[in-house]
Amino acid sequence: MIKFSEGSVVVPGEAVAEGKEYRIGQGFYRVGEKVFASRLGILRIKEEDNFIYLVPLTGVYNPREGDTVIGKIEDFHSLGWRIDLFCPYSAMLMVREVPGYVPAGELDKVFDIGDLVCVKITKVTNNKMIDVSMNGPGLFKLNEGRIIKISSQKIPRVIGKQGSMVNMLKDKTGCKVIVGKNGLIWTKGEPKTEIIVNEAIKMIEDLSHTSGLTDRVAEMLDKKMEEYNKNKG
Amino acid sequence: MMLKEKFHLLRYLSDGIKSDGVLLDKYRDISYEVNTIKTAEGSCDLKLGNTHVIAGVKFEMGTPYEDTPDEGGIMINVELLPLSSPDYFPGPPTDKAIELSRVIDRGIRESGAVDLKSLCIVEGEQVLTVVVDVCAINDDGNLLDAGALASLIALKNAKIPKIENGKIDYTQLTKDTVKLKELPITITCYKIGEYVFVDPTTYEEKYYDSRLTITTIDDSSIVALQKGGEKAITISDVDKMTDLALTKSKEIRKMIKK
Amino acid sequence: MVYKKRLDGRKFDELRDIEAKVGVIKNADGSAFFKIGNTHAYASVYGPKKLYTRSMQDPKSGIITCKYNMMPFSGAGGRVRPGGNRRSKEISMVTENVFKDLIDLSEYPNAVVEVYIELPQTDAGSRCCGICAASLALADAGIPMKSLVGAIAVGLVDEKVVVDLTYEEEHYPEFAKDKITSEHVADIPLAFIPGSDKIFLLQMDGVISKKSLIEALEVGKKAADKIFDIQVKALKEKYNVEE
Repeated sequence: MIKFSEGSVVVPGEAVAEGKEYRIGQGFYRVGEKVFASRLGILRIKEEDNFIYLVPLTGVYNPREGDTVIGKIEDFHSLGWRIDLFCPYSAMLMVREVPGYVPAGELDKVFDIGDLVCVKITKVTNNKMIDVSMNGPGLFKLNEGRIIKISSQKIPRVIGKQGSMVNMLKDKTGCKVIVGKNGLIWTKGEPKTEIIVNEAIKMIEDLSHTSGLTDRVAEMLDKKMEEYNKNKG
Repeated sequence: MMLKEKFHLLRYLSDGIKSDGVLLDKYRDISYEVNTIKTAEGSCDLKLGNTHVIAGVKFEMGTPYEDTPDEGGIMINVELLPLSSPDYFPGPPTDKAIELSRVIDRGIRESGAVDLKSLCIVEGEQVLTVVVDVCAINDDGNLLDAGALASLIALKNAKIPKIENGKIDYTQLTKDTVKLKELPITITCYKIGEYVFVDPTTYEEKYYDSRLTITTIDDSSIVALQKGGEKAITISDVDKMTDLALTKSKEIRKMIKK
Repeated sequence: MVYKKRLDGRKFDELRDIEAKVGVIKNADGSAFFKIGNTHAYASVYGPKKLYTRSMQDPKSGIITCKYNMMPFSGAGGRVRPGGNRRSKEISMVTENVFKDLIDLSEYPNAVVEVYIELPQTDAGSRCCGICAASLALADAGIPMKSLVGAIAVGLVDEKVVVDLTYEEEHYPEFAKDKITSEHVADIPLAFIPGSDKIFLLQMDGVISKKSLIEALEVGKKAADKIFDIQVKALKEKYNVEE
């Protein structure tokens, strides 16, 4: 028996289900017949397989292979750069993982300390040694604009179904927007439109668990952009 | 967080706004509650945008200084609690905490706001010292102005405890308040490039060139100053900043008088 | 005369008014405010984040550090000097031990989770209030943990087991309205996880018999369950805001 409906918020220590027939995924543990939540999150039920798992609502980013992330150059040596991924671990970007010519001994001419880069995670070891690459489409240095940091668990909502949310942000504000899986979002437009993007993202973060979010964000964006255009003209 | 941060902050400032979208000469919303702390003789829980501080007043019994035998004492202390920011850590007070404490202290002391003579119990022997501790709960910039304002409001609402046989009975507060002769308001003006503004968030605080803290009283006299930051300011900067501080302090004084 | 009516009129197993709120400190990865009677606590959690002190790193798991502190104006008497003391160090340590076995940081080797507990005002039960707040803040930060933990003080006042003592009850002989039979007051801070008899915090000041101790523990367990319900509600409230 499952004590909550699909989509409910469950908290650590809450008895969520009883019975041996359920298979449990991440975020749950079993004591005897009882299943308890071990994290704050949303309950997902796959009735057909008697399978329950939890989608975390909050938490620091945990690096995964294949993720596109935004990081900050922390340091460099002769073979590459160390990059802060805004999580407990740094990553290595080796010279060979950067397209184009990198003059030996002058790595800082390409990426200097403090620069922000959009990179892809290629490898994560058990003890969290992380390699990243810039070989691939959509991976580059971020030269201008503003960075917004939110909880990495909210990133899927910022992207939306097939990128619907992020595309709406771009279309309505005219800003460029790039979303890193580690919770960093880059945007570039006019200062005032960047602030509107920032506000919209904070709204998505605060209300990420609610339904009808796209409509509400659209409404907010329309209102703010109307104000912006009025003051401009 | 901005890329090539200072450069892009300038982009915002030239557009007339700070990184949070608030106009250069405007403060974020200020709200506060008084005497919420039952264990303090007076307190103020104040929010300035996302910056949150609690100021609490405690009285202590002490002996007066030899040269002022009939005067009590006042002390302001700012605690940058590690709870309030990822940039603060446990340990002894940092330079920042000490500067904040001393600048807030100076404004209140030099304005003569607190009638120190009224804190005398037995001349030459026993006087009260009033201590205001300002604790940062969430630091989103401008702790200085927020802390100074919270201290003043806490002092304004503090009740002197009962004194029996030369000892403070903290369980009983009298109706007597700390008499404030002035309402010194502390405004800090910041400068980045050519732009002057008030009420920075933590972003602007990271990249400012210079700042000037100006405490003024009702008759527009200046009672305390503190210049900070790595770059110099000019006389005309001081002129401009003082004007801004006077305008802002009037608005804030009006708000707390209500 | 045995303790018949509590000084503040509560039933013997009745808790003071509790309020809990999550997400109160924007800078933190997780935060909470917890208030029981006139004892209030803020807690914030930062992390898991990089741990720079190599000697403290654990390559198999992240570690947790807790700091308990009373704000200078939070004591019933005079000002509490900032900077901590032996008492706050000990409380920090026992708080850390409460959470060490409950949280699972195996996915975050070499990292640290920092918990800061700050009390703006106190009236007995401050370490328990701090633990309740910290527990909420850890959950709010998304830290994997077996359970939220409910902490509460129980004790013996004039031969009667009571829950959630106030300052006056902790010093009962001073404040008693009736003649007292026993000078002894026992104050026992406890921490339980819901629906279990596992104890994560147990300390005592005072004098108590074994029989009363076991009775007090049973009472404490029930009180902790009530606190758990309030904590659950506070967490769900943050995420169920539908306008």
